[in-house]
Amino acid sequence: MKPRADDLYRGLLTGAAGVVFFIVFLIAWESVTGAALSMKTIGWSFLLGTEWDPVMDHYGALPYVIGTLATSLIALLIAVPLGIGSAVFLAELASRKMGEIVSFVMELLAAIPSIVYGIWGFFVLAPVLRSAVEPWLIQHFGFLPLFRGIPFGIGILNASLILAVMIVPTIVSISREMLLASPRSLREASLALGATQTESILVALSAAKPGILGAVILALGRALGETMAVTMVIGNTNRIPHSILDPGATMASVIANEFTEATSPLYISALIQIALVLFAVTIVVNALARLLVYWATGGRQDTAGAA
Amino acid sequence: MRTIRSKWLRATALAIAMLTAVAAIQPTSALAAGSQVNLTGAGATFPYPIYSKWFDLYNKETGVQINYQSIGSGGGIQQVKAGTVDFGASDAPLNNQRLKEMPRAVIHFPTVAGAVVLAYNLPSVTAPLQLTPDVVAGIYMGKITMWNDKRIAASNAGVALPNMPIAAIHRSDGSGTSYIFTAYLSAVSAEWKELVGNNTSVSWPVGLGGKGNEGVSGLVRQAPGAIGYVELAYAKQNNFSVASIRNAAGKFIAPSIASTTAAANGAAAVLAKDVRTPIVNSPAPDAYPIAGLTFLLVNKEQRDQAKGKAIADFIAWAMTEGQKSAEALDYAPLPEAVVKVNQANLASLTFGGKPLVAKK
Repeated sequence: MKPRADDLYRGLLTGAAGVVFFIVFLIAWESVTGAALSMKTIGWSFLLGTEWDPVMDHYGALPYVIGTLATSLIALLIAVPLGIGSAVFLAELASRKMGEIVSFVMELLAAIPSIVYGIWGFFVLAPVLRSAVEPWLIQHFGFLPLFRGIPFGIGILNASLILAVMIVPTIVSISREMLLASPRSLREASLALGATQTESILVALSAAKPGILGAVILALGRALGETMAVTMVIGNTNRIPHSILDPGATMASVIANEFTEATSPLYISALIQIALVLFAVTIVVNALARLLVYWATGGRQDTAGAA
Repeated sequence: MRTIRSKWLRATALAIAMLTAVAAIQPTSALAAGSQVNLTGAGATFPYPIYSKWFDLYNKETGVQINYQSIGSGGGIQQVKAGTVDFGASDAPLNNQRLKEMPRAVIHFPTVAGAVVLAYNLPSVTAPLQLTPDVVAGIYMGKITMWNDKRIAASNAGVALPNMPIAAIHRSDGSGTSYIFTAYLSAVSAEWKELVGNNTSVSWPVGLGGKGNEGVSGLVRQAPGAIGYVELAYAKQNNFSVASIRNAAGKFIAPSIASTTAAANGAAAVLAKDVRTPIVNSPAPDAYPIAGLTFLLVNKEQRDQAKGKAIADFIAWAMTEGQKSAEALDYAPLPEAVVKVNQANLASLTFGGKPLVAKK
């Protein structure tokens, strides 16, 4: 009787895990068949082409690949220090009660629909960027090409800031859990050896490293795929951005913008191929991040569990 | 517990009995009334406000229910191609090649005309700006980048134009509004036609993209120095300053329902030959030049007699009664000549090779 129940249980759980693979397979399959026409007609120049012209039926996705990578990277540059910093504060320095309250608010932040972030970015952040932040950047850092341009308030910078706000909660709440889960004895031992509080926090951080890097990977996944909020604030042009003030577009935003009114078969196929490229970019970035985790931890996955 | 359950049982049994009775009666009563037809359509978002008004009015008058999904022109055309809807709707007419690709012959029925207006945000300028076609094309080509450019000043004598960069705003999503606007630019600028062209999405040489009419309106409202194109209704709702555009006859015309109808009227002769002809840059003296028609796409040979008849009846209604509600929603009614073309085309809808409605 007992083994049979175990078998059933095992079967159910395997099935549940299998569903994930099945769904990913279906998405990949649909994207590949949908993009077949575009892959056949355009070939590899799709990835390196810089011209996206539905009138002439020329499709090159490079501006969107760059837009996606640039916004996600800048978002990470802002969100990672901010997120890990607040996680350390919440786990190590703040009182237990305060930690609970702040992380509760953080989780609320994670539940806000992306359209709301988009509207906020468009109506609140954009005017501030246009009238204060961007002119200041141009004035003080304008000698770098990265900070040149017209202060539109809308563009790569706005999109990156919105993405950063959206992914901070993920980084904070997972990193905090990981820090709390790292063995108390480590900190006690380091304090006993005469380490300062800062040094003992570093010890705890290094113990929680795999988990924190996992949080960053999860956050990066959200940044790469975020659509609605980015579409509203990035400025939506098909030119390669040369500065963080320039407008641009991401792979997800161009699909959201153009899919509904795409009429020619090649146009639709090219948009589906963008989805496929986004899929591939996500896989590559995730694989790289995982390699990074492996390299940073020397293959050690035990201390803080799930990455 | 027991009593509750038996009550539920009884209620359920009663409900089932009633449903069966209704189901048994319905076929005969539907035949008798002849009006229990459901139509499904899909397509353009630009005319959605007036279509939903029409379907509602028509339902109250005749009992015919029309479900319309405003999924975009592209989706509408795809669904007509796949035969999953009874009619499609598109802002961009199908060109000859696309028409040939359709598995069954398709007839275009224009329903209303709309205007695309240039709204701008220049706090210091109170007089309405007057723009020539060259200036509009120049701004969107990136050749005119400052508001105090000589070419803008030339047609705005006495207006103090600010020394401010122009932010040219366009629609980022594929749309019928962009289709009409780029059709206009292609008509007035050979360079635009050559380098950019006319479509629901194009490769914009300069500027910023906003998603939807509301995205463009939002950018124009926020940013001093911005200019963007939106539907007439949006410009009115937002109280935007809108530019008068010099038309083919050389007059500066402000966008309005009257000047849009004038544009369609001016093109009536060519529309009578082919309703798909763009009505931008109309030769009529009072015509606002950036205007366009929106279309229903209907298969010539209908596969279901009742549905085919219902579609024909609806279009006939839209050409007469329906036109009256256009103005209230900021669309321009069709000129008489185009209504006549539509009525003639209705007679070419067939079922089993025979006309669905008698020729007028």
